[in-house]
Amino acid sequence: MFPGQFEYHRAASIKDALDLLKRYGDDAKLLSGGHSLIPMMKLRLAQPAHLIDVTKIAEMRAISESGGKIVIGAAASHDAVANSSLVRDKLGLLAEAAAAIGDVQVRNRGTIGGSLTHADPAADYPAAVLALEGEIKLERDGGARTIKAADFFLDLMTTAVQPGELLSQIAFAPIPTGTGYSYQKYPHPASGFAMVGVAALVSLDRSGKIASSRVGVTGLGAKAFRASAVEAALAGKAADAATIAAAAARTADGIDALGDIHASSEYRAELARVYARRTIQAAVARAKA
Amino acid sequence: MRVNLTVNGQPRSDEIEPRLLLVHYLRDVAGLTGTHVGCESTLCGACTVLLDGKAVKSCTVLAAQAGGASVTTVEGLAKDGKFHPIQDGFWEEHGLQCGYCTPGMMMAAVDLLSRTTNPSEDEIRHALEGNLCRCTGYQHIIKAVQYAAEKMRAAAGR
Repeated sequence: MFPGQFEYHRAASIKDALDLLKRYGDDAKLLSGGHSLIPMMKLRLAQPAHLIDVTKIAEMRAISESGGKIVIGAAASHDAVANSSLVRDKLGLLAEAAAAIGDVQVRNRGTIGGSLTHADPAADYPAAVLALEGEIKLERDGGARTIKAADFFLDLMTTAVQPGELLSQIAFAPIPTGTGYSYQKYPHPASGFAMVGVAALVSLDRSGKIASSRVGVTGLGAKAFRASAVEAALAGKAADAATIAAAAARTADGIDALGDIHASSEYRAELARVYARRTIQAAVARAKA
Repeated sequence: MRVNLTVNGQPRSDEIEPRLLLVHYLRDVAGLTGTHVGCESTLCGACTVLLDGKAVKSCTVLAAQAGGASVTTVEGLAKDGKFHPIQDGFWEEHGLQCGYCTPGMMMAAVDLLSRTTNPSEDEIRHALEGNLCRCTGYQHIIKAVQYAAEKMRAAAGR
């Protein structure tokens, strides 16, 4: 199995990559770790005539703190995110999601920008990036725009990235002290993808009630989403098992759950409710600790 | 296109097709057939090599992407006629039967041992999640990695 023919270009800078994108238009694809694109090219599901490698652009691999935000370069590998002391200290939920992806070889090559733009409905990162309200920067010829994670995922493998745009970085506010978090998934036994994955962030007020929560869900629908019904059901309530179970029961509300040979839509919806309950419980336990 | 990279410490420069996968570059261009072609779909880990010290599945890396990098294959593990401790481990603990998965298993284990000198059994199993063996039931492979870790710690005086 090998891809069709193409020309390989190595971009030296973001500007260089944008120039190449402009020159080759629809014939070009941006290449990061290649762990979604190369398999698709081997199956000839994708046959770009030009590949533009962005992984040698230093600023696209950087993980840094700037203006009170943690900024992750789009070409940072899952392994780099999972093991960055900055991410582990201030953005633990993202580190936890990164560490849950695939296997070590996949984490060494796959990148956060590649995963987000590929928008596989069973990818791990989208749940965490939604819960953390990541701000996604899209560069284009002559400018850049920043889009909220909630506006980024449009449909199955479809994002808000427009032709000629390049996802350069994702910025996050650090998780405040006292906010608990957890990412847990039911992995597909062969591929490691999330049959269902849930990311939760929970803050408690002084009386121990739930002040706020954010819950991101992947694997259940055509795209990852924020479970707003669950968040609403938690708000202002006591952080006890009954509240959490009642809120988690609403995880699949209004979602057209995916069904396939591995899991029916009913089973996936039930998995989502169970994993929402577990992650919220884990997040509450960490918030109390 | 031309690709310049280092394989097992030796600089190389070769004319290749951009679509050439790293595993085929290593086997067919560099003549290093220790790296095996398995599932060709990033699942089985038989093609695992080190790219700048990190384990990767070379069936899902273009040789072009490895330009400028340093690649280590199973042939690069032994030094001065002496096995690498992970090779000793597979030998001593009977870590293989048919041997097909073995080079990939060893390269993934070397990545693990570069991160931690005293991995627990759970950590070893987790680190080898991306490598499939259809013969051994894994138990002897775990022991082989433990053997190597112990030998490397002893050599480092820890």
